[in-house]
Amino acid sequence: MIKRLAATPLIWPVIALLALLALNAYLTPGFTSIRVQDGHLYGSLIDILRNGAPTLLVALGMTLVIASRGIDLSVGAVVAISGALACAHIGSSEDPAGVGTVLTAMAIALAVSAVLGLWNGTLVSILGIQPIIATLVLMTAGRGIALFITEGQIITVSSPPFKVLGAGYFLGLPVAILVSLAVFVVVGLLTRRTALGMLLEAVGINPEASRLAGVRSRTIVFAVYVFCGLCAGIAGLMIASNISAADANNAGLWIEMDAILAVVIGGTSLLGGRYSLTGTVLGALIIQALTTTVYTVGIRPEITLVFKSLVVVLVVLMQSAKFRALFTSWRRRPGRRQVGPTARPTPVTSAGPAVADVTPDHDDTKVRQP
Amino acid sequence: MTPTIEHAPPPVAPGTSTGARILDVLRRHARGRFVGPVATLVLFVVMFAGVLGRYEFASPSQVFLNLFVDNAYLIVLAVGMTFVILTGGIDLSVGSVVALSTVLLAKTLQLGWPAPLALATVMIVGPLLGLLMGTIIEYFDVQPFVATLAGMFLARGMCYVISVDSLPINDPLLRTLGLQYIYLYDDKFIRWPVIIALIVVVVAMYVLHLTRFGKTVYAVGGNRHSAQLMGLKAGGARVSVYVISGFCASLAGILLATQKLSGYSLNGIGLELDAIAAAVIGGVILAGGVGFVAGAVLGVLVLGTIETFVTAENLDSYWTRIMTGGLLLVFVLVQRVLVRKPK
Repeated sequence: MIKRLAATPLIWPVIALLALLALNAYLTPGFTSIRVQDGHLYGSLIDILRNGAPTLLVALGMTLVIASRGIDLSVGAVVAISGALACAHIGSSEDPAGVGTVLTAMAIALAVSAVLGLWNGTLVSILGIQPIIATLVLMTAGRGIALFITEGQIITVSSPPFKVLGAGYFLGLPVAILVSLAVFVVVGLLTRRTALGMLLEAVGINPEASRLAGVRSRTIVFAVYVFCGLCAGIAGLMIASNISAADANNAGLWIEMDAILAVVIGGTSLLGGRYSLTGTVLGALIIQALTTTVYTVGIRPEITLVFKSLVVVLVVLMQSAKFRALFTSWRRRPGRRQVGPTARPTPVTSAGPAVADVTPDHDDTKVRQP
Repeated sequence: MTPTIEHAPPPVAPGTSTGARILDVLRRHARGRFVGPVATLVLFVVMFAGVLGRYEFASPSQVFLNLFVDNAYLIVLAVGMTFVILTGGIDLSVGSVVALSTVLLAKTLQLGWPAPLALATVMIVGPLLGLLMGTIIEYFDVQPFVATLAGMFLARGMCYVISVDSLPINDPLLRTLGLQYIYLYDDKFIRWPVIIALIVVVVAMYVLHLTRFGKTVYAVGGNRHSAQLMGLKAGGARVSVYVISGFCASLAGILLATQKLSGYSLNGIGLELDAIAAAVIGGVILAGGVGFVAGAVLGVLVLGTIETFVTAENLDSYWTRIMTGGLLLVFVLVQRVLVRKPK
């Protein structure tokens, strides 16, 4: 892990995050101070962590999906559905404050989220539909389903146990952070301490080759979508729990953008292949810090979207080999390779290999198994 | 892609070979260029007849005309999206650009700009955004959906920057455009946006099917490298389709603004999905290279029929979303089964 941290791709997000925090510390006195109140930690830094927790979770799921050379646009819809289900169950139960009720509600929400992930996985992995389109279907219909569950209303619940996940504290730290970090650690161990991560990267870099090499790519692709669905489900619970309500129209709106942005900032290439979970965590924190900065600096919050989109464009351009070639042509670039009739320089330091080819006619988004 | 396929029972035991042959025949037909749109036409007629049969409409022909009146802006959007999808790309920014156009139009008019100048400004901003995205996609090898997703947020953010409130439009020219009836016969009417949309459709058909540029668009979608090797200006075509899509989104925004007589930054959320759905339902193949403008228009009519049904049945509006999603799924699956490219 330390070795990975020291590797160059992560140095930029770290610098960006520190710069943002430094800017905030300079602009708002007391930004870095962390108070202890009623045994809970308070402060701007803790706020950034807590508010960033749902994005972080979704981004973790998205990282694995993107590593498999996919994308999941439906996470926002899953967030809405998960929150709606939990609140609908709690709201309609006789004992909304009961721990049992809350646990059942969460179980239902997570089970359905996993099923939705399974659905995406089936479309992508078994039926071989392009990931954007496959998840677009659920993105279109999902918010409708969430509205159907809540019957078009905002369901508010008053249930102290339910509030714990989004707004509670454990050992002085917000539960939301702890849950997100726990997921991060588990996924990190699962993919980096086993061969799973390597197999996933193999699938993302070249699905066909990995299949010929005996990797069960179909199962792996399937699994990442289920995991992404689950992450979105937990995030949905957090958001609903934080405000004690399910707002099917607005819960998780634009979260897919934030998640993709976090993944990209973290150095994972959208072309699939090598990925960095640590990078994603940093990316998610940067986004949250950026949002906080916009508020504290006194820029109108409406501008955040413009800001974020410009950051995406910038980061994506920096990942683009051709764009960097414009600026680094003075530097000797090893590893040039010819792909197709036009010369396409392979990126040397970027996280993703550009061998993942470019021609739209090669339907290389999926492994096709006879 | 004939409609019977959706209901076709999976080929039964004795004929794995028969089944394969049937599938093969169907695939060959699916490669015939007209099967997709014709299937959509049949679907539309069946659905529309079903809706007409189920409810006692005072004037069925006006219900049909209303499909155009209510969805004029979507027709324009779907036409632009068809160009993009034909090259194998996708444009997720159109919904936001529509919103930006309505807000920009309302704001410039509020500032006292003359209507023609305001309209011209709007019609420039959309293509400019398209040019920006197209350039990033073509020259820096960024995936279309990433670049246009960023464009989507940029345009939406710019709406918020201009105004977060709904701005009314009082300009007489635009009011005329939006409100005036054009009687076809008796009391059956359409409005100006329909005529504008139909002009766009005709022009798009001409460009796509009868010009060198149109052929290049198809060729790029079929096989980009072959197109380039044949000496076609593949790069230029790929950038141009995003400019066209941006232009169509601007125009659609103007049509929507005249329809609602206001500009609002929350207009058109999810509209890009409708446009993509219309194109896909109309038989435009997402991998690129196959499809017709007319098909996309039929796709819009199918979506409009769903909307009519949901309204007539008095269902909540989210049912439209769910049904659109379902229909999109069916068509994507059918496309997938029928047009698997041979290895």
